[in-house]
Amino acid sequence: MKLTHIIPLLTLTTAVYAAPQTFDFKDPKGVNNAVFKLDAPLESINGSASGISGTVLFDPENPAATTGKIIVASESLTVPNPMQKEHLHGANWLDVAKYPEITFEAKSLANVKTEGNVTTADATGTFTLHGVSKELTVPVKLTYLKDKLSARVPNLKGDLLVIRANFVINREDFNIQKGQYEDKVSPTIDLSLSIAGASVTK
Amino acid sequence: MKRILQLLAILILLAAGAIWLATGANRGWTKTSVAVKTLDEVTGIEGITYQKKFLPGVDFLGAAFGGAALLAGASLFFRKPKTN
Repeated sequence: MKLTHIIPLLTLTTAVYAAPQTFDFKDPKGVNNAVFKLDAPLESINGSASGISGTVLFDPENPAATTGKIIVASESLTVPNPMQKEHLHGANWLDVAKYPEITFEAKSLANVKTEGNVTTADATGTFTLHGVSKELTVPVKLTYLKDKLSARVPNLKGDLLVIRANFVINREDFNIQKGQYEDKVSPTIDLSLSIAGASVTK
Repeated sequence: MKRILQLLAILILLAAGAIWLATGANRGWTKTSVAVKTLDEVTGIEGITYQKKFLPGVDFLGAAFGGAALLAGASLFFRKPKTN
C-alpha cells in the first residue's frame, strides 16, 4: 500500500475517533429533573420539572468542545401546593400556555478540567425563560459513563452522559413579575439540573 | 340552636387540630402531594416523583379557625332559651 493511500485512511480513522457523540436527554426512565427553589416568608417554594429533552454533542477525547441544547417543558413544573402550581403556570407568572419551553443552549465551555470520566467547566450559552433570552455562564459537571446504557436500558448498548448544574437566576431578568411581590416571593430562583443522556451505539 | 352552633364550632376546631397534628403538624402551606426521591444507581441521579397525599398546613388551620369563628359569631344571634 502506497503512503498516499495510507494518509487519507489514517485521517479518516482519526476523524471517526474524534467525532463527538450525540446524547439524547429524553429519559425513558423519567429520572431526569430540574429542581427550583424560591424563598418565601412562610416556607420556601420547592418544585421540580420532569419534562426534559434535548441533545448534547460530547466528545470524550475533547470535552471542551461540548455543545448542546436542553429543553424543559414549562407544563411539567410541579409544586406540591395546587394553588401555587396554578399561579406558577398562570399568565402572571410563567404563562406556560404562551411559553411552553424553558431552554439552555450551550455554545462553549471554559475552565475545562477533566479527571478520569468527570469534567467540570463553565458553560456559556443562551438561557430562555418566559420568552426572554439571556446569555448565562453556569458551572457544569459532566460525567461520561462508557458502555453503561445497557445497565439502565437492558436491550440498548451505548454510553451515558450525566450533566449536573447548579445556578441562580433572577426572575426580574426574565420579566416574571418584575418588581412585584418581592416581599412574598424572592426575586432569585435557585436551579439545580440533574440529567442523563444516552448515546446508542449500533 | 345557640348551643348547637357553639358545639359545632368547637368540634371543627378540635377536628382540624387533630387532623393537622396527626398528619405531621406541617407549618407550611397545605399540600396535596409530596415529593418522593428515588436514586438511579447507574447515574447517581435522584429522580423525583409526586405521590398524592393530603398534608394540611397553616392555611387549613386558619380556614378551620375562620369557620369556627363564624359559627360562634352566628350563635350570638340566637337567644338562650328561657328556663322558667
